[in-house]
Amino acid sequence: MIFRISRSCFSSISVKLPSFKVHHLELQQLPKTATTTSSELLAYYKSMQLQRRMEIACDNLYKQRLIRGFLHLADGQESIYEGLHAGLTYDDCVITAYRDHCIALLRGDTPHQIIAEMMAKQTGSTKGKGGSMHYYKKATNFYGGHGIVGAQIPLGTGLAFAQKYLKKPNVTLIMFGDGAANQGQLYEAANMAQLWHLPAIYFIENNLFGMGTSIDRASANTKFYTRGDVIPGIQIDGNNVFQVRETLKFAKKHCLEKGPIFIEAMTYRYHGHSMSDPGVTYRTREEVQQQRKTRDCINYVKNIILENKVADEHQLEEIDNSTQNEIDIAVEQAKVDPVPPSTELTTDVYVDNENHFIRGILYKDSVLPKSQ
Amino acid sequence: MLRIVNKLRSGFAKMTVREAINSAMGQEIERDSNVFLIGEEVGQFQGAYKVSKGLYDRFGKSRIWDTPITEAGFTGLSVGAAMYGLKPIVEFMTFNFAMQAIDHVINSSAKLNYMSAGGLNTSIVFRGINGAAASVAAQHSQCFAAWYSQVPGLIVLSPYDCDDARGLLKAAVRNPNPVVFLENEIMYNESFEVPENVMDKDYLIPIGKAKVMREGKDVTIVTFSKMVKYSMLAAAELEREGISCEVINLRTLKPLDRNTIIQSLQKTHRVVTVEEGWGQCGIGAEICGIINETNAFFHLDAPVVRVTGADIPTPYAFNLEELSFPKTHNIVEAVKLVLK
Repeated sequence: MIFRISRSCFSSISVKLPSFKVHHLELQQLPKTATTTSSELLAYYKSMQLQRRMEIACDNLYKQRLIRGFLHLADGQESIYEGLHAGLTYDDCVITAYRDHCIALLRGDTPHQIIAEMMAKQTGSTKGKGGSMHYYKKATNFYGGHGIVGAQIPLGTGLAFAQKYLKKPNVTLIMFGDGAANQGQLYEAANMAQLWHLPAIYFIENNLFGMGTSIDRASANTKFYTRGDVIPGIQIDGNNVFQVRETLKFAKKHCLEKGPIFIEAMTYRYHGHSMSDPGVTYRTREEVQQQRKTRDCINYVKNIILENKVADEHQLEEIDNSTQNEIDIAVEQAKVDPVPPSTELTTDVYVDNENHFIRGILYKDSVLPKSQ
Repeated sequence: MLRIVNKLRSGFAKMTVREAINSAMGQEIERDSNVFLIGEEVGQFQGAYKVSKGLYDRFGKSRIWDTPITEAGFTGLSVGAAMYGLKPIVEFMTFNFAMQAIDHVINSSAKLNYMSAGGLNTSIVFRGINGAAASVAAQHSQCFAAWYSQVPGLIVLSPYDCDDARGLLKAAVRNPNPVVFLENEIMYNESFEVPENVMDKDYLIPIGKAKVMREGKDVTIVTFSKMVKYSMLAAAELEREGISCEVINLRTLKPLDRNTIIQSLQKTHRVVTVEEGWGQCGIGAEICGIINETNAFFHLDAPVVRVTGADIPTPYAFNLEELSFPKTHNIVEAVKLVLK
C-alpha cells in the first residue's frame, strides 16, 4: 500500500505531552514534548486499530459462543500497549493479569494464534490449553497471562530480581489495575524491590473501576502513583501513546540507576469488566459515550495525522479496512482449525511428562510413566 | 565444610539430618550459579533452625537472601525468578506459614507448564519443616503432605534420614519442575552414619522411588519422614514377638511409588500405613485407594489399617500432644490389628 505523504517520512513532528503528576520526583526531570514521524504515526495508528478490531472480533465470537469462559477485553486501552511496545524492548520483561490479548499481540503472537487460542483450537498460542487469560511467550519475555488478581505483581518483581541477579541491562514492566492496587502482595513485593533496588516498573492501568467497584469505593487513597510510599511515582494519561512511551523510557532509565518506580496510567475500558458485565450498572452509558467521543486513544493519533497532513481520511480508512481484513482472515482460519487432540489432555503437566503417572478419570485410564 | 561431621571409620561419616540438608544446599549453590537460597533468617541469623548455617558466610548476600516477613511476596518473587530461569530454593520457616503463599506454589508455579503448553516452567524448591514439632500448638503443627500431594504439576518429597535428605534435595534442585520438600524439625537433630558415596557432590536419589528400609514377610508398613523412625522401632519390637515387618520409606509422596507398595503386599498380604497428618484425605487414604483400584486388592488378607494423627487441632499440653500423633506403640497395635 503506497500513499502520498506530504512530509518526508523522516522529518520529525513534535507532540506536546500532557502534564505529569509526580511523587518523590522533580517535574523538570520529565519531558514536555515527544517527537514522532509520519511513518511512526501511521504505524501506531495501524497497530492500535489492529488491537481494537481484534478485541471487537472477540466480543462477537463470544456472543456467538465460539469463545467460552472468561473474556476480558481491553478496547479503549490500546495506547498503553502501543506505548509499552514503543518504550521498551523485547529484552525487557512484561507481565500482566488477564486483560492480556493486546500484549500477546505486541509481544509476537499473531491475531490468528490469539483468536484460535480463545476459540480453543490446537493452533492457539497455548494449544487451546490456556485460553483468554493465559498467553505467554518466553522468547519475547512476555510472562503472562495470570488469572489471580495481584499474583502477577510478586511474580514480576521476581523477573526484575532475576534480571538484576544476572546483571541484565533491562527492566520488568509489572502491569495491574486499580482493583489490584490494594492487594497486600503488591506492598510486600514493592518493599523488597525498593530494599534490593530491583528494576521493577509497577504500572497501574487505572480505568476507574475494579470490576464493578469504582476507585472511590475501593481505595482510601486513589492517588495510586503515591501508593509506593517511599518509591517515586508518576501519573500520566494512559490514552496518550506518546506520554506512555516517554514515561516508560524515563522509567527504564530510573530503574536501572536507582530502583523501582510506580506509574499510574489513567485510561478507560469501553467494555465491562468481562463479557458477563454489561458495564452500565455501576457507570452510565453517557459516561462511556463521552469517553469514546473525547478521550479515545486512536482518535488522538488520528487527529495528529490529519492535522499534520500525514494522511487523509480516505487513506486512514484504507488502514481501517486492511486491519479489519487481517482480523477477519484470522477469525475465518481459526474457525476451521481443529480442536486439540485428546492426547493433549495429559501432556505438559510436568516438564518431563513422560516420567510421570497421570491419573485418568478411572484408574484404568491413567497414563503411566514410560519406564512402566 | 564438614568440620562438624565426624569421620567414624574410613568410608563413613556421622552427621545430623540438619547437616545433611545444609551440605546438600551448599553443594548445589556451589555447582550452579543460578541456584540461590531465599527466606526469612536464612542468612545472617544462620537459619531459624540453623539449617542454612555457614552458607551466608560462604556465599554472601548475592546467593543467600534474607527476606522481610512476607511469604506471599517472597514466594511469588521466587516463582517469578524461576520463570526467568533462575533456580530458587525457597525456605519456609515452617510450612504453616506457607499457607500465606500457597497461591503462588499452586496457581503460579504448579499449573504453569500446563497452562503455557510447555512455554514456561519453574525449576524451584519450596522447603521447610512440616508437621508436628514439640509443644508449638495448633497453628505451628500441621502436616501439609496431603494438600500438596494432590496437586498436578508438583513433585512432593519428604526425607527421613541423611541419605534421603542429601539425595532428594539435590535431585529436587536439579529437577525442572516445582518441588515441595517437607522436612521435619525433630529429625533435624537425629544423627546417622553416612557412607562416603552419599557425600558425593552428585549424589542423587531417584524421584518417585520408595526405599525398603527393612525387609519382612508378615506385614508391610508404608510411611514417610519421622514416622519411619517409629515404624522401625515398632518393627524391632514386633520382631522380638516373632512378627516380621517390612518397612517402606516412601521418600516421594508425589509421584507415589505404587509399584514398591504393591510388590511388598504381594509378599506380606497385609498393609499398615503410618502418617502424622490428619486421616481424612491423607496419604494413607490415597494408599488404600491405590490398593483398592488395582489387582493388589486381591492379595490382601485383611483391610488396610491406617495410623494417622488424631482429627484435632494440635493441643499445647504435653500429655495431650502425646495423644495427638502416632507413636511406636500405636504402630505396634496397628500391626497386631491387621494380623488378627
